[in-house]
Amino acid sequence: MAEADGPVSRALRLLPIILTVWILGTFAWRLIQPDDPTIRSQLVNREVPAFDLPAAVPGATGLKSADLATGRPRLLNLFASWCVPCVAEAPVLAEIHRRGVEIDGIAIRDTPGAVGAFLGRHGNPYSRIGSDPTSRAQLALGSAGVPETFVIDGKGVMRLQHVGPIYESDIPAILEALEKAR
Amino acid sequence: MIAEAGLAALWLAAALSLLGLFLSIAHVRGTLEADKAVRALAIVQGLLCLFAFAMLLLVFARTDLSVALVAENSHSAKPLIYKVAGAWGNHEGSMLLWVTVLGLSGAALAALSHRLPSRTLIAALGAQAALALGFHAFLLFASNPFARLNPPAPEGRGLNPLLQDPGLAFHPPTLYLGYVGLSVAFSLAVGALLGGEVNRQLARAMRPWVLGAWIFLTLGITAGSYWAYYELGWGGWWFWDPVENASLMPWLAATALLHSVAVLAARNALKAWTMMLAVIAFSMSMIGTFLVRSGILTSVHAFAVDPLRGSFILGLLAVYVTAAFLLFAVRAPTLREGAPFEPVSREAAIVANNLLLTVILGVVFIGTLYPLLAEATTGEKLSVGAPYFNAVAGPLAILLGILLAVGPLLSWRREGRPVLRRLALPGLFAATALAITFFAIPQSGLLPKFGLALAAGLIPATIIPLIGRNPLRTPLATWGMAIAHLGAAVAVAGMAADSAFTTEKLTAAKPGETVEVGPWLVEFTGVTPAVGPNWTAVEAELRATRGSGVHVLKPQTRFFTNPPTETNEAAIDTLLSGQLYTVVGRSDAEGRWQLRLWWKPLVTLIWFGGGLIGLGGLLALAGHARRAWRRRMAQ
Repeated sequence: MAEADGPVSRALRLLPIILTVWILGTFAWRLIQPDDPTIRSQLVNREVPAFDLPAAVPGATGLKSADLATGRPRLLNLFASWCVPCVAEAPVLAEIHRRGVEIDGIAIRDTPGAVGAFLGRHGNPYSRIGSDPTSRAQLALGSAGVPETFVIDGKGVMRLQHVGPIYESDIPAILEALEKAR
Repeated sequence: MIAEAGLAALWLAAALSLLGLFLSIAHVRGTLEADKAVRALAIVQGLLCLFAFAMLLLVFARTDLSVALVAENSHSAKPLIYKVAGAWGNHEGSMLLWVTVLGLSGAALAALSHRLPSRTLIAALGAQAALALGFHAFLLFASNPFARLNPPAPEGRGLNPLLQDPGLAFHPPTLYLGYVGLSVAFSLAVGALLGGEVNRQLARAMRPWVLGAWIFLTLGITAGSYWAYYELGWGGWWFWDPVENASLMPWLAATALLHSVAVLAARNALKAWTMMLAVIAFSMSMIGTFLVRSGILTSVHAFAVDPLRGSFILGLLAVYVTAAFLLFAVRAPTLREGAPFEPVSREAAIVANNLLLTVILGVVFIGTLYPLLAEATTGEKLSVGAPYFNAVAGPLAILLGILLAVGPLLSWRREGRPVLRRLALPGLFAATALAITFFAIPQSGLLPKFGLALAAGLIPATIIPLIGRNPLRTPLATWGMAIAHLGAAVAVAGMAADSAFTTEKLTAAKPGETVEVGPWLVEFTGVTPAVGPNWTAVEAELRATRGSGVHVLKPQTRFFTNPPTETNEAAIDTLLSGQLYTVVGRSDAEGRWQLRLWWKPLVTLIWFGGGLIGLGGLLALAGHARRAWRRRMAQ
């Protein structure tokens, strides 16, 4: 609204254009680079929330959050018998287990019979398997789907969240994270 | 044939806007006398758009499944009103509605403006034609609503059940009339900057257009808020969702413009600022359209994401907005402002009003885009929600409310009367109300307390300017102003009451159990199945009482088959003292049903206030129109 016509006011007059170009540039950036819809857990680098789950299959051991703080880093794998990518992931988990990594599992929205059949068919790399029929523990962990895998350090602190199945090619990264969590 | 006729009309309209653009350029440069031709072209172009839109309504009403858009968004087994309203319940149809309103705005400008200098008007019509041309290209090349499907689909895919509601018939067209109606203010500003005639005459010509668009925006937002409130079953009336903000931002800009254009009309001042606001207001409409249509922001309004369409609108946005700002940067220094304002005068109050509205606009704009800007610069993902908006925009809105009490009491140029004395009564009301809230509702936040106090003071303050005047002699515009301001006070009362007094109960109940919410005892008697034209439902019966009389509410969970979707139909009992809002959810294994109950005292005031604001606008518009008509008759 000022009447001055010096260099400052000229810069002011161009300000809307500069702002516009900046904002439009951001819009264009987003259009070119679509949103990554992966939901990241807010708990990475924080202690795993408290849960206490019964065993997912008769004869197995249940899982509570205190079990994760054993002094040694381990994996926490969320899976389900009804989940097809979990089938694809099973041999990779078995391979990681063979290399001496301890893995705990949580069966999401599953039944003992179905989990038993799944483990019978695809092998059982898990030390303990908790059952989470209502996804309560899953949501508390900040996970939005199956399979998902967390690297938990010896103190029970979440160090890495891996969304989706672990492929052969992901093994080095997972092992490295476990090494770092030591 | 119907679809082809519609498509042909669109192409023809696009060709006419191109012709209109060239002729108006020639006219403004003085190489050709084309005043009448440009006006005629604008009118015919608008009518052709209207014709195309009518053809779209027709193919939807007949459920012509050989039209791809109908097959994708409609279904033969759907009530006729939703077949017709479904025409704009999708991307292509809604963009055609957009273009139609744009065309009709241009036509109305050409037909109704008599008092503007020819150069300004023709330049404005040229700007309008340029806008129309771009959006026509968008329709024809990236969003053809009339594309055929060969072979025709055996049945349509149906309309999203959330949209199968009378709200769809009213909310989008109203909002679009507001959004796109602002294009006239934009074009007039461009025309006046090109013609170099920014003066009172321009302000008087621009004012009815701003007022009209603003009325539609107000009513559209109010209706949309109520629609979301009862249809989503979440019990809230505003979520600071990006799409809601996309409609609020043009409204804030238009509200500021409405007031600054009044200063321009009365005092021949705020020239550059008013032109700037006119450009910003419609730019906000276009940005809103882009945000909604490109889907780049996460929103509950799930629209399809399409990068091509997004890029197209972004391109249009970039051209129009930067061109207008460039024109402004070049021409603004040539505008001569009048004498500075007295600090205590109506125009000074309006300047403060404009500043506050602009800051609120900035707050909403930054909050809406911040997640995007943050991710672009730091890669960090975050979301901005109600806590930010309420905390930052809320206090500013309270300040604006205080100004609203003072402004109308001041006269133009210089206030000689003792203003403070006239404000004593409202001030007393507000202070008393504030004191009461601290005792009565200590648990509520500061903002609801100040909101209630503000409303208590504002309601008498808005009436004071009418006191002592002969009601029949008082100009309609003054009545309109008082009623619109009263509406704002009433809406603030509703908003504050809703956040201060609402009680909520989320529970699972077996049939026969009684639940308590606020002063109500609600008995859950059981569930029964219910059937509608294209849905089945589980219907709960709730018998609510607070002392005397029983209110029966029947919330439903509806299951639609085309497409298969489940929706919650809230049952709402509206009383003078507030609303009882009930939602039924799922049942568990033990036969308990999820019930969500709210008692919301005075919540209806929010939308009643919104309606009053719109009514005030209508009265003011009628007043201006009558005065303009009389002046024409007198000549």
